[in-house]
Amino acid sequence: MRALEKIALTLIAVGALAFTATAGTLEDVKSRGELRCVVSTGVAGFAYPDSSGTWKGFDIDFCRATAAAVLGDSNAIKAVTSTGKTRFTKLNSGEGDVLWRNTTITFSRDVGVKLTFVGVNYYDGQGFMVNKSLGVTSATQLDGASVCIQTGTTTELNLADFFRQNNMSYEAVTIEKNSEARAAYLSGRCDIYTTDASGLAATRSTFPSPGNHIILPEIISKEPLGPAVRQGDDQWADIVRWIYNATVAAEELGVSSSNVDSMKGSNNPEILRLLGVEGSQGEELGMSKDWAYQVIKQVGNYGEIFERNIGTNTPIGLARGLNNQWTKGGLQYSPPFR
Amino acid sequence: MSKTVQQEFAPGTHPDLPPPVNTTGIIGWSRKNLFSSPLNTILTLLAMLLLWKSLPPLFEWAVINSVSTADSREQCWNQMSSPGAGACWAFIKDRVELFTYGFYPPPLRWRVNISFVLLALAVVPVLYEKLPYRKYGLIYSAVFPFIAGWLLVGGFGLEQVDTDQFGGIMLTLIIGVTGISFSLPIGVALALGRQSNMPVLKILCVLFIEFIRGVPLITLLFVASTMLNYFLPPGTVYALLVRVLIMVTLFASAYMAEVIRGGLQAIAKGQHEAGDSLGLTYWQAHRLIILPQAMKISIPGIVSTFIGLYKDTTLVLIIGMMDILGLGNASLADAKWAGLANEVYIFVALYFFISCFSMSRYSLYLEKKLHTGH
Repeated sequence: MRALEKIALTLIAVGALAFTATAGTLEDVKSRGELRCVVSTGVAGFAYPDSSGTWKGFDIDFCRATAAAVLGDSNAIKAVTSTGKTRFTKLNSGEGDVLWRNTTITFSRDVGVKLTFVGVNYYDGQGFMVNKSLGVTSATQLDGASVCIQTGTTTELNLADFFRQNNMSYEAVTIEKNSEARAAYLSGRCDIYTTDASGLAATRSTFPSPGNHIILPEIISKEPLGPAVRQGDDQWADIVRWIYNATVAAEELGVSSSNVDSMKGSNNPEILRLLGVEGSQGEELGMSKDWAYQVIKQVGNYGEIFERNIGTNTPIGLARGLNNQWTKGGLQYSPPFR
Repeated sequence: MSKTVQQEFAPGTHPDLPPPVNTTGIIGWSRKNLFSSPLNTILTLLAMLLLWKSLPPLFEWAVINSVSTADSREQCWNQMSSPGAGACWAFIKDRVELFTYGFYPPPLRWRVNISFVLLALAVVPVLYEKLPYRKYGLIYSAVFPFIAGWLLVGGFGLEQVDTDQFGGIMLTLIIGVTGISFSLPIGVALALGRQSNMPVLKILCVLFIEFIRGVPLITLLFVASTMLNYFLPPGTVYALLVRVLIMVTLFASAYMAEVIRGGLQAIAKGQHEAGDSLGLTYWQAHRLIILPQAMKISIPGIVSTFIGLYKDTTLVLIIGMMDILGLGNASLADAKWAGLANEVYIFVALYFFISCFSMSRYSLYLEKKLHTGH
């Protein structure tokens, strides 16, 4: 018994050491000279490797922004690929410094998995896509339809809730991956495909004739996607939060990668504080004075990142919608740089 | 009796007549193999119908209507009569380097190429007995994993490359070859341990084998990717690849041990006694008498374990490692090419088919060569 007790205590102690050793992420990143971002293994528009093996996408650009602020070089990143099942452990075990992996913020993840979510860089929601020939214009007309849905996701539960609320029945065609869903939907095995609206738009853009399919207006769930860091490192959480805020604030203030240099001579004091011309915000965060300048110069403001990766001029073709600035009817809102 | 038959040949000297037409050639073969009974006839006709229905469209899609030069899916589809009417091999062509090397830094890819060549050279002495100076070749084969490890990872004068940059075919080969080359010796040791008269050794081997065989590989991979980091003291974080290699090797070893135990048990007791009566030690008897026979019997089992292990390497994509299938999936997320899943999966399937089929053909050749009658 005593031996067992000893072993158990040792394991706990070692485990605790492993946890405490992860404090001071900023120093770790600086001394390593490289930022490790936990990213997905491929989500259209958000994270994917191009033919030369360089990671691209909306989430990747935010990872680059973080590296630009902390290390001054947006290319000093390493993509730690993770699946939905391993993403939180990769962050908590210290294999990654920050999670930029279109992860929905939920209570259980924030409290139960012991993560600190520091913002919402994309507001998503679950929607439906149908073939135009069905003549359906609203999700409330879908009684009896067969629905393609990915297993083991929150979308499955949302779907059940939505149909029950509206006293409708459906037949679930469960599939494992987006590419399977695409094939099943196109071959007519299911009438509807449901997943996050951004995913629907991305999938539709790959159809032989995208115009024949519509995404119904109903959005049946809230999927706020945002970055996360390990709990217990407040300085690092602040850094990631304000890097994201800087991209949003820059767009609101009209600072972009093309005019950031001339904006250094602006007469708006908030721009001057943001770009590090005045004040000492960089030093207070433990970074260089011009951290936000580097973010905007090297990666761009929120609007630029959005349009470059998933905006209306890309194959994904997403409208800003909820992700517009608060001044334009959206939800992207940065606290002031004061 | 007015008529007499003209005899051209003396009795017994008539040359052999050709066999009846319907027992030789294509007709004879198909009568014997395809239409020998009503049931066979029906099955043959059904199979022909199936081929007739499926092969021409497949050929049309994969060859006739296919497009091999384009910069995006759009361009590909614009060259076809209707979008998706043919395969867009341009996608595979665009990605072939990524699929081969993963994220290995382009200026250093010559190191991977050299490793591929060295691997081919290392395989030859193992496969062909008649090779001159085979003994030295085998020594080289045994050293090869370490040379390749040095070339790929770097250090000692070469620039270091992190193992999480590995991917694609290269990663599949690393996991497969490591698992295969280390699981055989460990498996032999475990199988002998399980047969041993020493109780502690025997119990340890049985426990190990039964534990590993009682757990799915994917569980072990999850342990490797998530739990080990919590248990190891901080600062000793091993690369994920190392942890996965250890788990895959242990897993394959347990299965290998059971395959080889089957071979060992098929050896008659008299063989052991023969060794004893010649005054051979335990190791001499096993090296010279028991193992050569047992291994020969186990060849089909050993090779199917190898093939199973090789295909199981794709499971690593579940823990976020980018093997050839993982990179294929990831490439489908590139909006430029998304929607071309068939092309990717056919490419990956072809790759695995060629590797596994050649392994199984080699095992057949080996069985024939070693067949000395039992």
